Amino acid sequence: MTTELAPRTEALITGASPRRFDQRTRNRAQGLLWWVGGIVLAAMFIFPLLSAITGSLKSPAELRERPATLWPKAVSFEAWERLFDPAEGVMTGVGNSLFVTGLTVALTVVLATLAGYGLARYRFRGSGVVFTVILAGMMIPFTVLLTPISVVLRELGLFNSLIGIALVYTTYQLPFCVFIMRNSFAAIPMEIEEAALLDGCTRANVLIRVFLPLVLPGIATSAIFAFLNAWNEFLAALVLLTDQNRFTLPIVLQSNQIGRMGTVDWGLLDAGVVVSMVPCLIIFFLLQRYYVAGIFAGAAK
Amino acid sequence: MSISSKASGTTSRSRRLAWTGFLCTTPALLLTTTLFVVPMGLMVWMSLHDWPLLGEHTFIGLDNYVRAFTSDGTFLMSVRFTLIYTFVITPVLFFLGLGLALFVRRRSRGSAFFRTVFFSPYVIGFAAASFLWLWFVDPQAGPVAAVAHAMGWPIDQVSWLTETVPGLINVIVMVTWKVVGFQMILLLGGLNGVPDEVIEAAHVDGAKWFRRMFSIVLPLMRPTIVLLLVFSVSGSLLAFEQFFLITKGRPDNETVTAVYWIYNASFKKFELGYGAALSVIMLIILLIVAAVQVRMMKGVGRDD
Repeated sequence: MTTELAPRTEALITGASPRRFDQRTRNRAQGLLWWVGGIVLAAMFIFPLLSAITGSLKSPAELRERPATLWPKAVSFEAWERLFDPAEGVMTGVGNSLFVTGLTVALTVVLATLAGYGLARYRFRGSGVVFTVILAGMMIPFTVLLTPISVVLRELGLFNSLIGIALVYTTYQLPFCVFIMRNSFAAIPMEIEEAALLDGCTRANVLIRVFLPLVLPGIATSAIFAFLNAWNEFLAALVLLTDQNRFTLPIVLQSNQIGRMGTVDWGLLDAGVVVSMVPCLIIFFLLQRYYVAGIFAGAAK
Repeated sequence: MSISSKASGTTSRSRRLAWTGFLCTTPALLLTTTLFVVPMGLMVWMSLHDWPLLGEHTFIGLDNYVRAFTSDGTFLMSVRFTLIYTFVITPVLFFLGLGLALFVRRRSRGSAFFRTVFFSPYVIGFAAASFLWLWFVDPQAGPVAAVAHAMGWPIDQVSWLTETVPGLINVIVMVTWKVVGFQMILLLGGLNGVPDEVIEAAHVDGAKWFRRMFSIVLPLMRPTIVLLLVFSVSGSLLAFEQFFLITKGRPDNETVTAVYWIYNASFKKFELGYGAALSVIMLIILLIVAAVQVRMMKGVGRDD
């Protein structure tokens, strides 16, 4: 009824043709539908993430309640207290994960920047071979190489070692990051370097003072990918670490998953999941631009 | 005299510069050699041996490969299951990703927000996502059970994580939730690369939406689509965490993937030689996928 009436009044006031108005209502209706659809979809994407947080805030008694409650009836920090309790081993896992991830990020950034600089700014015999060898790792994921990698690490005395696993992560992060860094360095015009050299800068000074600020976006992209991949990695950590004190967070969660008395300790698992998700989400929200740039750079290769 | 000394000065300087360039790449090259090139060769060598964790390695020729294809039924079953998983999930991800890309393409203040939300599960790890899913769909304690109960469909007796097909569906839903945003972003990039004039011309010629999409837009996006298929095929062929943590191979090794079975051989039974042989087979499958990609990419070049 109202929709029948409205166009005429509107047409009287504005003098617009009824047809144009129909078009506008249709656009507005479409826009509204789009927003409603988007909000419903967004809720579906967020609901699982949110449920880990709400689950971690339920008391053990509430977690045992049947039927299960959707939202916590009363907020309880019991699971979080246990998470921070050294006896549960979760904090050891967080510490190990931080160490491995930090070392991987640092090594990846330094090695990829150096290699990218060497490959982009110098011509030397065999540079093509070096680039191909480093990039080949992009085609062959370490998932299928873990059996021989474990043998190599045993030979080097780096099996069951956090440093060893950080070296493995760095190796398989290098193809992508060297590719990114080489492109970043190659994009800098030769004139900039020549001008700085004429001004009496040494090459090392040019690299540190002139180039590094220019390739900072590439470094940010490399660091984000190295962080996410090292923090999230599961299979290599599962097979290359055997000592419980050296387990990274995902492995601790896996081994603690079945709590005492054979039932899953949902509160602790949910809190652990939150701890392992939140750093990734924060980094993504803050540095989204560099992250998405990296995805497209990787896609363009 | 002065000319020749100048010339030799330049060569020694350029040689020194070449050395600087090479030295910069040395650390990366050293690590790549130790933990990538050497393991590659070692893997092939190991696959020809009976190689227990401790004790002597004995050369047994191709016996490991013969065993994989003749007496190890679980391996063939795991390859078959991995292929089924790959063939099911690839189109699911593609069409849902395309739908989301078309959805967030609208010029609106909300697009950037929705894009970020749809993408965000991609950045959390597969292990964390799998643990999250265990909780999310748990028939007794999980939020899905709470919602289902509120709607009058109690599901506390279901066993959808321990049966083959329901377990597979659960994993597919989880993986779709987690990675569809990645497909969306790449497809959005591809869609934006299609010139507006082409679509308008088709519009003027009277082509309907469906026709415009499948006859004009998607063919123009072929490079993006080929790339996405390779990402999703090679990613799915290497699936491990989601099955190791969610279905745990239940009911009876039916949901064991190829990588899962390699893990079992090398790191549960410590038959490293056999695990290496299975890895070589898996590597060959992956290289075939990569070769097909190169062929398809070349096909794109020929069309132009």
